[in-house]
Amino acid sequence: MIRLNQLTKTYGNKHKQTTALQNLDLTITQGEIFGIIGHSGAGKSTLLRSINLLERPTSGEVWFGDTNITALSEKELQHVRRKMGMIFQHFNLLSSATVYDNIAFPLRLVRTPKEEIEQKVSNLLKLVGLEEHRNKYPAQLSGGQKQRVGIARALANDPQVLLCDEATSALDPQTTNSILRLLLDINKQLGITIVLITHEMHVIQTICDRVAVIHDGNIVEQGPVTEVFLKPEHRVTREFIREENENAELLDAIIESLPTNDHAQVVKINFLGTSTYEPILSVIVQTTGVSFAILQGTIATMKDTPYGQLIVRFEGSQEALERTYRMIESQVHELEVIR
Amino acid sequence: MLSAAVDFSNVDWNEMGIATWDTVRMLFFSTLFTMIIGLPLGILLFMTSRSDSNGSRALYSVLSLIVNILRSVPFVILMISIIPFTKIVVGTSIGVIGSIPPLVIAAAPFFARLVETSLREVDRGVIEAATAMGASKGQIVGKVLLPESMPGLLAGITITTVTLVSYTAMSGLIGGGGLGDLAIRYGYQRYEPSVMIVSVIVLVVLVQLLQMLGDRLVLKFSKK
Repeated sequence: MIRLNQLTKTYGNKHKQTTALQNLDLTITQGEIFGIIGHSGAGKSTLLRSINLLERPTSGEVWFGDTNITALSEKELQHVRRKMGMIFQHFNLLSSATVYDNIAFPLRLVRTPKEEIEQKVSNLLKLVGLEEHRNKYPAQLSGGQKQRVGIARALANDPQVLLCDEATSALDPQTTNSILRLLLDINKQLGITIVLITHEMHVIQTICDRVAVIHDGNIVEQGPVTEVFLKPEHRVTREFIREENENAELLDAIIESLPTNDHAQVVKINFLGTSTYEPILSVIVQTTGVSFAILQGTIATMKDTPYGQLIVRFEGSQEALERTYRMIESQVHELEVIR
Repeated sequence: MLSAAVDFSNVDWNEMGIATWDTVRMLFFSTLFTMIIGLPLGILLFMTSRSDSNGSRALYSVLSLIVNILRSVPFVILMISIIPFTKIVVGTSIGVIGSIPPLVIAAAPFFARLVETSLREVDRGVIEAATAMGASKGQIVGKVLLPESMPGLLAGITITTVTLVSYTAMSGLIGGGGLGDLAIRYGYQRYEPSVMIVSVIVLVVLVQLLQMLGDRLVLKFSKK
């Protein structure tokens, strides 16, 4: 649905140039929630703004459906932009207009009849749960409410895609989750493709189907979230996952301090899907006769897929240990001996 | 003490009334034309200053230079030096009508800069959002820039009008009419300080009223 072809963007003059994007290729399919994660300065903001050409690439093409939008005139581009909604980290609402007028803004740009505006805006207010705030000004709203207005405004033109520019980065964790749930609903109910950029793994993990990790103007890793999350290949990806896990350093220290030998090993086990909720470990150790201590464990979901991760210290004979590992590996997603 | 030194009995209140009315008319028309010329000029300055195209930036440099020149020439000198131009435009260089062209030429560039500054205050993100929604340049000016900067624009109009009050007084030097004219003719040339004092008081009251009105409007339009 959206295809970026050899996108390059450089800033500055011929004396001093910085490259924001370098020969970047990316394909986003219809109906998915695609997340782009990267540190600040990695180029993710430029990447997102290239999709609706708020930033024109220095070279390369942007395809929206069957249209190469980099080749369009200003007027044609304005037309295409109306099929793409966009929401922002700082909401970017008109401070001089009420909630109602903000949501009506894109409709008035195309001279929609008054009755139609009234009906559409009312529906959108209901969708984002702000019916009783329609006559308030943005300054009277909380951050989460402002973002809801932003979302309603972005949906007013019935877009095919919603671009989210760090949409939850200015919000507290609870509000972030409610906005993410709303985005997920919109994706499911209206079938709108969502492209979001973020620096928080949590956001990716909660709602995205696929993720791309951007670093130094290039995509270093991409794939389904479950795969990238459980089997990160690139250093930057690992960093993001580590940041998400607050206890990572503490755990490292604990593992370091434990004595290990042939009869005691620390193992990381990744569960994915329904196996997450099954008593795999306890059943297996009963047959192999090893004992174990759980050093750390998490159970969560990645969008709809449950996953779990256990750091376990096994004790037993070498043979029993290996038998245990083989049995575990046959039932769970992945097993890795750390020490 | 003041009344001992100054005799207010020789103030011609009828003439004072006419002069006040002249000043109000001068202010009204000069403010009006200043807005008509200054607002588009300010918008043009703003739009060309941030454009990507080389042509626009060249236009900005030229406009900016003209504005700076007009703003740096002292009003008294400007007023006198454009007398021939004034005569061509309105047929006379004296009286209420004759004073309007120099007032507008002096105030419009000043107001245009105030407009440009107000527009710069508009959150870039809001402009970006409008662009992302497919707004044209004209729509961005009319539906985003002007409404969003309304408090700033109103404050700019107030400042410009108050500045014009003092300019109208100065135009009395070349027979511009109004309170300034009166103050100079009676107060300065005929040594009648009473007329001068009353004229100045009326001007102070006028400025006070304008400022109050402006502040109120700014408050009404501030939604932040």
